[in-house]
Amino acid sequence: MVFIDDLCIGVTALANETTQGRGFRRARVITLHSRRLIHVPLRIPDFVNNIIQVGGSFNCEMSSRSRLTKMTESSANKLLNGDACNRTINEKKSSKNGFVKSHCLFQQPHKYRRTVEKNQNVTPSSSLYKKPFVESFEETPLLVAVLTYMGYGILTIFGYLRDFLRHWNIEKCHVAQEREEQKDFVPLYQDFENFYTRNLYMRIRDNWNRPICSVPGAKIDLVDRVSHNYNWTFEHTGKVVKDVINLGSYNYLGFAENTGACVDASIEVTQKYGVGVGSTRCEMGNMDIHEELEQLVARFLGVESAMTFGMGFATNSMNIPVLTGKGCLILSDELNHASLVLGVRLSGSTIRVFKHNNMQSLEKMLRDAIVHGQPRTHRPWKKILIVVEGIYSMEGSIVRLPEIIALKKRYKAYLYLDEAHSIGALGPNGRGVVDYFDLDSKDVDIMMGTFTKSFGASGGYIGGKKELIDYLRHHSHSALYATSMPPPVVQQIITSMKIIMGEDGTTLGADRIRQLSENTTYFRRKLHDMGFIIYGNDHSPVVPMMLYMPAKIGAFGREMLKRNIGTVVVGFPATPIIESRARFCLSALHTREMLDTALQAISEVGELLQLKYSRHQQPHPSLEWTSEDSQLQD
Amino acid sequence: MICASACKMNFKNLREYLAWLYYQYLLITGIYVLEPWEKSIFNSILFSAIAMVIYTSYVFVPIHVRLALEFFSGLFGGQPESTMALMN
Repeated sequence: MVFIDDLCIGVTALANETTQGRGFRRARVITLHSRRLIHVPLRIPDFVNNIIQVGGSFNCEMSSRSRLTKMTESSANKLLNGDACNRTINEKKSSKNGFVKSHCLFQQPHKYRRTVEKNQNVTPSSSLYKKPFVESFEETPLLVAVLTYMGYGILTIFGYLRDFLRHWNIEKCHVAQEREEQKDFVPLYQDFENFYTRNLYMRIRDNWNRPICSVPGAKIDLVDRVSHNYNWTFEHTGKVVKDVINLGSYNYLGFAENTGACVDASIEVTQKYGVGVGSTRCEMGNMDIHEELEQLVARFLGVESAMTFGMGFATNSMNIPVLTGKGCLILSDELNHASLVLGVRLSGSTIRVFKHNNMQSLEKMLRDAIVHGQPRTHRPWKKILIVVEGIYSMEGSIVRLPEIIALKKRYKAYLYLDEAHSIGALGPNGRGVVDYFDLDSKDVDIMMGTFTKSFGASGGYIGGKKELIDYLRHHSHSALYATSMPPPVVQQIITSMKIIMGEDGTTLGADRIRQLSENTTYFRRKLHDMGFIIYGNDHSPVVPMMLYMPAKIGAFGREMLKRNIGTVVVGFPATPIIESRARFCLSALHTREMLDTALQAISEVGELLQLKYSRHQQPHPSLEWTSEDSQLQD
Repeated sequence: MICASACKMNFKNLREYLAWLYYQYLLITGIYVLEPWEKSIFNSILFSAIAMVIYTSYVFVPIHVRLALEFFSGLFGGQPESTMALMN
């Protein structure tokens, strides 16, 4: 809902741009409106903000009436907020590529030498951040990039050779092929992704889809398998690789276990309710434990009301189309998850993508959207929705939530926050990224998350105002058509959430949260000191470590498994083509000894494969580690 | 860079060190993921190309260097000689 004041803010933005030579007629309109609105950011009353329905677009007359009556409501807080972010955001307009650099340190040397690290320390807008926000994405070394491209080039040549042999039936073709009758049509399997799958992914495929035969806790058992035709088919040898240290499962607080309070409660509930529900939420699948869970989730997040769904992917992809439609604008981060991208595309709204975690890019898009409106008609947008995630799992970066909330309040947009990885894993009380930044959860309009990662269950939730959730209950595709969550899973979430909140009487939740943050700090610091390139924020439990070269992807996975450590390696298309990485997911159940074993093995493999690319100063091993270790023990 | 990390790896003999160097070559060129016959093809092509480069440089580089030296000494050394001859 973009009211006249938004249009006028946009018009004042035009005023700033008249020096670029826009029409004279517009300049006169600007002076008429700008005097009234430039210093008084209007506060839209709450009940109007709540209702996210696809209504008609508000026209100018009605909004101007509401503006006149509500003008007295400009609260001092909003004014302060508006001015604060105005100052901070305007300051950063000068930096070229949009990264928030600390001004005095980086401007001068930038001219003289190529910056090695893009260190994003936020000093100018320190009023928004209560603790230092340190993220680093070290640049790819030039030699490594050149060698990576060379490696991909050689593999492409061999790929063409193999495709040629397959085409002329000199070798047997195991891949999907079109039928004889379809050979004259447009080819189905010629685009790069299929070429890549056939010729590179297949050769190192034994690093993925490894079958597991135990609970995915801190240690895991893998089924031993072998391939006789270079990974086209696998056979199980019958043996089991036992006690592999698990650095790949999303088990941040360690609730994926088969003993303990959660499991006992789930067993009881299974004996009472059975396992299946047999209906959708709307028909007969709404049980009393579902209601209990939703009230608990609402209390946990600090919102008015919440709703849960059986599948996390479906929560995003089936609910975003309900909230927005044609005539709305969605501003989505570059690196959003596939479920968000799918939901946003299914909705039919206009999608604009802003650079990853880049507030200048987002603000520019918001201003452009308000100034120019919809593409051809220039009508105001019905709604503007900003879609971001809490922790981005491929980068390990945390969203800049204080700045986004300041932007959203200033430009009257809505915020959809997907806390799939950050709920339970961040924040002193485990309540997610809102808790981590110490903000008010009422500022985020739609808080979405999943129960898969930190609660050891499956499913997703959406939390927000009561009117929003009531609307979703009736209109969500997932609630209408998908089966509701099974009772044992519901009970697992209820028990684990109560443990995290501390309501079960023990300190297990607080212990685990503290253990996770200690593990994170220790692991990241040690890897950084060893000389690997690590991406992401210092507090995120997802640690991506760069590998770059295609052969090292396969080699790393296999060498780590030889040393009894299970890791996840990621390449194209989940990451850009030269930036392949290994991603470690830490857990509260990892003890210090396990982490030390893992770090020792990672260091060995790093030496063997020459993975220590980092070019910053490495501290002297004997002196620095002991002193820093003792600090950590306090 | 290679030598520094090689020192940390405690190679027992030269053979192990050479095997590690070959492993690095496999990883960097990406040959590591290929099947053995593809590795042989690539290695033989690369080896023959390098052999041809070495042969060519052994046979032709001294000749070219001598010719170049003569050409440049003719340019610089020849001029003062001719003007001196003219003056005399």
